[in-house]
Amino acid sequence: MHIPDGFINGSTSLGAAVAAAGGIGAGLRQAGKRLADRHIPLAGLAAAFIFAAQMINFPVAVGTSGHLIGGGLAAVLLGPWLASVVMAVVVGVQALIFADGGVSALGLNIINMAIIAPWSAWLIYKGLRAFLPRTRRAAAVAAGIAAGISVEIAALGFVAEYAIGGTGGAPVSTVLIAMGGVHALIGIGEGLITGVIVATVLAARPDIVVGASDLLDTSGAQPRRIGRFVLAGVGAALVVAAFLSPFANSNPDGLERVAEDKGFIDTAQTSPIDGQSPFAGYGFGGDGAIATAVAGVLGVAVTFGIAYGVIRLSKRVKTPR
Amino acid sequence: MSGFHTHALYRHEHSVLHDLPSQVKIVALVLFVGAVVATPRETFWAFGVDGALLIGAMLLARIPLGFVARRLVFEIPFVLFAVLMPFIGTGERTPVLGVLLSVAGLWGAWTILVKGTLGLGASVLMAATTEVPDILEGLERLRLPKLITAIAGFMVRYIDVITGELRRMRVAMTARGYDPSWIGQAGPIATSAGSLFVRSYERGERVHRAMLSRGYTGAMPVFERATTSKRQWIVGMGVPAFAWLSTIVAWVIR
Repeated sequence: MHIPDGFINGSTSLGAAVAAAGGIGAGLRQAGKRLADRHIPLAGLAAAFIFAAQMINFPVAVGTSGHLIGGGLAAVLLGPWLASVVMAVVVGVQALIFADGGVSALGLNIINMAIIAPWSAWLIYKGLRAFLPRTRRAAAVAAGIAAGISVEIAALGFVAEYAIGGTGGAPVSTVLIAMGGVHALIGIGEGLITGVIVATVLAARPDIVVGASDLLDTSGAQPRRIGRFVLAGVGAALVVAAFLSPFANSNPDGLERVAEDKGFIDTAQTSPIDGQSPFAGYGFGGDGAIATAVAGVLGVAVTFGIAYGVIRLSKRVKTPR
Repeated sequence: MSGFHTHALYRHEHSVLHDLPSQVKIVALVLFVGAVVATPRETFWAFGVDGALLIGAMLLARIPLGFVARRLVFEIPFVLFAVLMPFIGTGERTPVLGVLLSVAGLWGAWTILVKGTLGLGASVLMAATTEVPDILEGLERLRLPKLITAIAGFMVRYIDVITGELRRMRVAMTARGYDPSWIGQAGPIATSAGSLFVRSYERGERVHRAMLSRGYTGAMPVFERATTSKRQWIVGMGVPAFAWLSTIVAWVIR
């Protein structure tokens, strides 16, 4: 995910640097308002932790492994403002001290990993928490799903930057499918691990998780039966995905429209990566309705899989200290 | 404390580059990489000039070229991407060694490889000649917000502590037969990462209390700071100035 120099052209990189500086400046002001000076060592140690967590490799598919990005994790543990500052520090230190990620691409990398990832995760997390039961386990599940999806959104951020100023010759649609496919897999691992990390921290020190501060007074209470609730929710999501999404909008979206207009959409269908992607053909002609329905059902299944996995994996860590 | 003063990329030497103030080197790095990125891709000679400048600076800093070459492994994922480009690129195709490759894709691959490598080489050179506290102080003198440099300072100070703790957890798990080869084993990894976060956080709380008891008031004390002379700025701007000169000439005569 760390973009090197020369991948995106100079003017786009410069614009991204200005935008990133603005975003992190806002984060600094907001985080500074809430932070006593005591939080500076804490934020520094959180940054060191995210840096270490990015070294955790997990198997993605046969022969490939991904590593944690940590934007969603930071957002839930620290709150979105401080999370974006901490992630920006991590990305900046990686570029300047460890030569990981290009200096000219620093703005792009900060936008993807320090602004898009934590903020999208935070918004999804808040949205999910709004109608999930107020329990620690539900909070961990929401964190996992939000972090998993945020990886995919950050990958889309890269695709958008590539579409604006990419120097490579590959068509945007191909990059979209390749990045989207790989990061869908990485997102599953990110979601599972983030969910379990949040569950572990909630079991040991619920007071330090900013995203779950509402659980402090009611912690451990009301173990409501949620089985029926989950079944109904998954059922509704499947129905929407399978039967409604094909009718949602049959027009191609902006990127695909450009691809069609420029005449490289055919190449996108026959490119070597397309054939390997699990979402190959999604949205591109053919049996559009069926393909979209299948993709929708797959999306629901993946999301539910993360939730189920987090619950299963976190069962052993529920003993409070 | 050795973790704060030395790091994987730093090489202790005595040279003009090591002695330059870090803010000069940071500005030079940003300007040089900017010149590389702004160079039109058709002007091969301009990249040759940039490469020669970089190698000259490395020799001046007494950094072995092999050391820098080994650090280029950071680039591998994007090299793979670049290698794919001529095959998946569109438009006009040209035969190369009997295979029809996309012209746009070949240009893309060339751009990414040459600019990425030059940028990475320059970053490695700066990290190899500048100690971490100096980089942070340089950033502060370049008016980066104090909060950022303070957080970054604590981060680099404790990176080795935290990763060391992670390593010990790994060793303990491996000794008990742990083998992270399939996704079902993500649980133990994540659980240990969760307790690592709690440990990091509690260490942060202890560090803060220790600092308070030693008179911390919210700002780090500043010790004597060497001033940067005009001569040092001129020396430091030599490489980026020539790089920009070649970029501008390349745009004019292209």
